[in-house]
Amino acid sequence: MSYHFRKTALGAVLAAVLGFASAAQAADLSGAGATFPYPVYSQWAKAYKEKTGTGLNYQAIGSGGGIKQIEARTVTFGASDKPLGGDELTKNTLVQFPTVMGGIVPVVNIKGIKPGELVIDGTTLAEIYMGKITKWNDAAIKKLNPKVKLPDAAIAVVHRSDGSGTTFNFTYYLAAVDADWKSNIGVNTSVQWPVGVGAKGNQGVAANVGQTQNSIGYVEYAYALQNKMTYTDMVNKAGKRVAPKAAAFAAAAKNADWKSQPGFGVILADQPGDKSWPMTAATFILMHSDAKDGKASAQVLKFFNWAYAHGDKMAAKLDYIPMPSSVVKDVKKEWSEIKGEDGKSVWKASM
Amino acid sequence: MSIAVHQTFPNPAGRKPASGETIFRGLTLAAALIVLATLLGVFVSLFLGAWPALHRYGLGFFVIQAWNPVTEKFGALAPLYGTIVTSIIAMIIAVPVGLGIAIFLTETCPRPLRRPIGIAIELLAGVPSIIYGIWGLFVFAPFMQTTVQPFLIDTLGTVPGIGDFFAGPPYGIGMLTAGLILAIMVLPFIASIAREVFLTVPDMLREAAYGMGMTRWEVNRSIVIPHVRSALVGGTMLALGRALGETMAVTFVIGNAPRIATSILQPGTTISAAIANEFTEATTNLYTSSLIALGLVLFVITFLVLAAAQLMLQRIKRRAGE
Repeated sequence: MSYHFRKTALGAVLAAVLGFASAAQAADLSGAGATFPYPVYSQWAKAYKEKTGTGLNYQAIGSGGGIKQIEARTVTFGASDKPLGGDELTKNTLVQFPTVMGGIVPVVNIKGIKPGELVIDGTTLAEIYMGKITKWNDAAIKKLNPKVKLPDAAIAVVHRSDGSGTTFNFTYYLAAVDADWKSNIGVNTSVQWPVGVGAKGNQGVAANVGQTQNSIGYVEYAYALQNKMTYTDMVNKAGKRVAPKAAAFAAAAKNADWKSQPGFGVILADQPGDKSWPMTAATFILMHSDAKDGKASAQVLKFFNWAYAHGDKMAAKLDYIPMPSSVVKDVKKEWSEIKGEDGKSVWKASM
Repeated sequence: MSIAVHQTFPNPAGRKPASGETIFRGLTLAAALIVLATLLGVFVSLFLGAWPALHRYGLGFFVIQAWNPVTEKFGALAPLYGTIVTSIIAMIIAVPVGLGIAIFLTETCPRPLRRPIGIAIELLAGVPSIIYGIWGLFVFAPFMQTTVQPFLIDTLGTVPGIGDFFAGPPYGIGMLTAGLILAIMVLPFIASIAREVFLTVPDMLREAAYGMGMTRWEVNRSIVIPHVRSALVGGTMLALGRALGETMAVTFVIGNAPRIATSILQPGTTISAAIANEFTEATTNLYTSSLIALGLVLFVITFLVLAAAQLMLQRIKRRAGE
């Protein structure tokens, strides 16, 4: 290989690398936050990039991190499973809107018990997680499952060890159905668990429940399916037994009054309706209403506009529930509040 | 471990040092100062970050067991306890086994086996901690849950007095599992350092001892180990330092529950595991500050361990009349 050839080859490689880097940087949307919607966001981003050439750089660092980063304006949008309240939104000049919904399901690992065989209600779940119910053959569980053979074994409780939107929605539901939980433990992205072992991330909880006999945990529905876990049915607010299926999550969303909270910050736990899954949750996007880079914000809105229009099938494939069209309509109305440096709305319905 | 840095050489023939020499000295001095500056900088920034929490809770931070993000009540006691207990378990197992490996390799191992075993031990040190974590969770923890822990609960768990330390239920993961994983992780450090230092013992000493009719046990106990004691302490302290700060592998198998349980089969947490788990989602300033304060505590503990090591080394040296 001659010296000249080597030099040229090196130059070509360098040029290719540099060119690629700058092209990627110029067009990419940047966001950070919740891990729960990450699989669907990355699917959308892939399809969107093929179509428009615009990529998405999404850091799945968790809801808390997403909130921090958008407040610090290091990203164009933040993502959180925990909706911010009206005060927090105004204080930080943020606009909030939901993108997709999903369900949180209890998962168990008991020898001989198949997915959907066991049924559990909110109070029982709260008492298990408070350490009041410690054995699988406890009277409360037996009463709900008269036909299931339950072992005389201690319940190994598994919860999230990291702060997470999943935990926020899970504890929100337990607080809604159990007064003791509400006053003693409360609701947050992480709480002081009285019992059990902590595991990092949905994947960590799934792995721990999978490894530990006679255990119980809670994960996003998608993780339960992917890991072929033994999920349980639940008794909902209407007192009906429901199975964790897309239709049950959609039913919970349908009954929600999205306009009742600023920034669509409705928490879908414990919704009324015979078919509603009690632990349904939406995930949210946060953007500044006084954007420093109006062009970037417009690009992000364009992406979510495309996702609302074309992303439903991809979301459903990954077991997420798309937002109802009526909500999407209201979301787009709210987008006009996002203004660029010139004080004009960056979003125009014709885009 | 303890290298005399202040040794000065007499200027040969009273020659004036060349300017190159001065620059060289300056550069090496700067390199050394960077280390000190970094150390100081880490301490100061940790302290500043921890200040809101320390100011709010005062000394109570070190004695409160609560770790409650909802009510913002944070105390370092539970992670501190877990850190110390897992490290103690690790050292109790790793030190004798590591010494055993080293003695076997230097004294009794058949020559063709020495190199392969020595290399295998060094490879063990090169395994990334996340691998230990995954292996610990998927292979070791189920084995602990179905085999070791039920056995411990049924035997030691029923002994009055110490029974509480081995009470069930068997989770598989927990402080004992974390301690055992840590033991495996620090074992190569202890074994390879011990082997290196055993090799520095002059053959003359050994042969003289054997010549006097001492057994292998007596030679190692009374001649070899005392001869290199200070280096062994150094190696052990290095291993302890690693055990105290190990994060990933412990996070996988300790159970991440900020509680103090009497039983070592129950889940707990360590300082580094708590920080790794909660830092990304610490939503309030006080929460973040409390985690940084935990980091400060770990920093101080590690510092104390190394300082204690130095102190012990000096005492041993003085006694040896060096």
